[in-house]
Amino acid sequence: MDRIDVRKTYKLYIGGAFPRSESGRSYEVLDAKGRFLANASHASRKDARDAVVAARSAFKGWSSRTAYNRAQVVYRIAEVLESRRAQFEQELRDAEGISVGKARDVVDAAVDRLVWYAGWADKLGQVVGNANPVAGPFFNLSTPEATGVVAVVAPASPLLGLVSVLAPVITTGNTCVVLASQEHPLTSITLAEVMATADVPAGVVNILTGQRAEVAPWLASHMDVNALDLTGVDDPSLAVSLEVAAADNLKRVRRPRAEDLLATPDLSRMTDFVETKTVWHPMGV
Amino acid sequence: MPVPSSNPMLRGMPPTAEDLAGTPAAHQFSDVTASDAALRRFLHGLPGVDQVGAEARAAGLGTRSIKTTAKAFAIDLAITMVDLTTLEGMDTSGKVRALAAKAMRPDPADPSCPAAAAVCVYPDLVADARAVLGDSGVRVAAVATSFPSGRAALPIKLADVRDAVAAGADEIDMVIDRGAFLSGRYLQVFEEIVAVREACDSAHLKVIFETGELQTYDNVRRASWLAMMAGGHFIKTSTGKVQPAATLPVTLVMLEAVRDFRDATGTMVGVKPAGGIRTTKDAIKYLVMVNEIVGPDWLDPDWFRFGASTLLNDLLMQRTKMTTGRYSGPDYFTLD
Repeated sequence: MDRIDVRKTYKLYIGGAFPRSESGRSYEVLDAKGRFLANASHASRKDARDAVVAARSAFKGWSSRTAYNRAQVVYRIAEVLESRRAQFEQELRDAEGISVGKARDVVDAAVDRLVWYAGWADKLGQVVGNANPVAGPFFNLSTPEATGVVAVVAPASPLLGLVSVLAPVITTGNTCVVLASQEHPLTSITLAEVMATADVPAGVVNILTGQRAEVAPWLASHMDVNALDLTGVDDPSLAVSLEVAAADNLKRVRRPRAEDLLATPDLSRMTDFVETKTVWHPMGV
Repeated sequence: MPVPSSNPMLRGMPPTAEDLAGTPAAHQFSDVTASDAALRRFLHGLPGVDQVGAEARAAGLGTRSIKTTAKAFAIDLAITMVDLTTLEGMDTSGKVRALAAKAMRPDPADPSCPAAAAVCVYPDLVADARAVLGDSGVRVAAVATSFPSGRAALPIKLADVRDAVAAGADEIDMVIDRGAFLSGRYLQVFEEIVAVREACDSAHLKVIFETGELQTYDNVRRASWLAMMAGGHFIKTSTGKVQPAATLPVTLVMLEAVRDFRDATGTMVGVKPAGGIRTTKDAIKYLVMVNEIVGPDWLDPDWFRFGASTLLNDLLMQRTKMTTGRYSGPDYFTLD
C-alpha cells in the first residue's frame, strides 16, 4: 500500500516560536528539478512588525551578556548543526541539486563559519577597540558595542549564505530579523530549529520567509530597526529604494556586493553593525 | 411606597421601565436598599451570568477586523478615552507634571492628535496635575478611599476623598470594601458608596470593584447593580494592582449591567476597564464590544474610559503608522 506523502508547510521563526504567517498565506517551494518540495510561509508586513518587536525585546538581555557567553551560544549553534548535518546535506541537495560532496563541503563551511565568528565574540573589542592617546589626564577608551536590531536580507545560498550574514550580527550582541532566501527558504527554518534548541534566547534571531520586494521595504522604513544588511538584494533598484527608506532614522546600511562565500570573511560584517563607545576616565594624578 | 413583596425586583425579576418610571434613580431603589436582607434578596435575585456564554461572546467580538478609516477613528476615540494613570509609590510631582503635559498633547509632533480624557493620580499629587492641566479640558482623577486595598475606617476614607476634591480633583476613583462584599454585607458597601458620593460633592465618582478579587461573574453583576443603585457615575473593573485586572468578559458583564440599568431607570452609567490593556488591538476589541453591547451612546469619553499608561504609547505608534505609512518605535515616545 502506498503511503501518503507528508506535505510539510514550514512556518516562520519569531520570538523563539514557530508561528504561521499572520496573513495565513504560504507559497510552494520547488526543488532543483522543478518538482514540489514543500510549502513555505509567505510572511506579511505584520509578521515583520512582530519580528521587530520580538528582536527589540530580546536586545537588552542579549547585548548585556558577556562576549564570552555569546561565543558559547554561537559555538553551540555550530555543535547542533554538526549533529544534524545529514538532514542539512539532504535538504541542500534537494533544494539546489548539488552533489553529495558539494553538500558536505557547504555544511562543513557553515559549521566552520559559526565557529570562526564564535571565536571573534570576545576578541573583536581588542582588535577594533582602542586606548586613545589624548592631551589630558584621562584614560580614553573606545569599544565596539551592539547597534540594536538589524534587519538582514539573506542571500540566495540557503545555508552558508544565511549563516554568513547571521552569525556576525548576533556575535557582537545585536538581535536580528532575517528575511530568508526567497528561492530556498526551507533550510532557514530548519536552521531556526537548530537555534531554538541551541541556547539562542527567544527573539535574538527571527526568520521570515516570503517575497523580498514585499517585506523588505517595511523593515527598511521601520523606525525601530537600527541597521540594514542588503546582502541578498539582487535587484539594484530595490536596493536603492531600501537605502532611501532606511535614511529616515539614519540606519546603518550594508550594500550588496560581490562576495565569495567559501573564502574566509573579513571583519566588516561585524564592524558594520557596531557603535563605537568612547569613555573618558580621569587618571589619578 | 409599595410594600416590598409587591416589588418585581424583589421577586428576582429585572425591573421594567414601568415599575420605575418617573422616579430618580436613587429613590426608586429605596425599598430594595432599606435593609441588608432586602438588598441581598435583590442582588441574589439578579439573573446569573452564563460564564461560558459571556466568555464566548467576548472572544467572538474580539475577532472583528477593524481597518483603515474605521481603525483611524477607533484610535483617535481610544486616545480621548484614556485616563493616563500613574499609581506608584515612587511617583513624584515631576512625573505627574510630565504625565499631565503628555495628556494634553499626547503626540507633540502632531497637533491633530486629540488629548487624553484625564490624568489619574494619588490624592496628594492632584494639585500638581491641576496646576499643569488648568482649564485645558483634561480632567484630574484621584484614587481615594485607601486605594488600592480599601482597608480603612470610613471617616478616613471620606477624609481622603474630601482632600482630593479640595485639591481640585474632577473625578474620584473609589474602591469598594471587597471583604464586606464577599462576606455578604452588601448594605455596608452600599452605604459606603453613598457616603463617598456625598463627599465627592460635584466631582464624578468611579466605583472600582477589583473584579480579580470578586471570584465570579455573578458577583461582578451584583457589584455593578450595587454601585449603580448607590449613585456611582462610573463603574470600574480594577485597581491595576491585582491580577487578573480588566478582561473582556468582565467588562461585557458590566456593560450589560449599565445597559439594563438604563433600560430600567433611564440613568446612564459609565464603564472603565483598567489594568492590563496595553495594545491598540486590545483597546479596539473593547470599543467593538461597547458598540455591540450598549451601543454608540457609550462611545464617548464621558461614558467609557480606559485606565492605562502604556496603552497610550501603543495608540500613538499605531496612529503614526497610519499617518506616515511606516512603523514607528518606542524610542519616539515618552516613557511613563
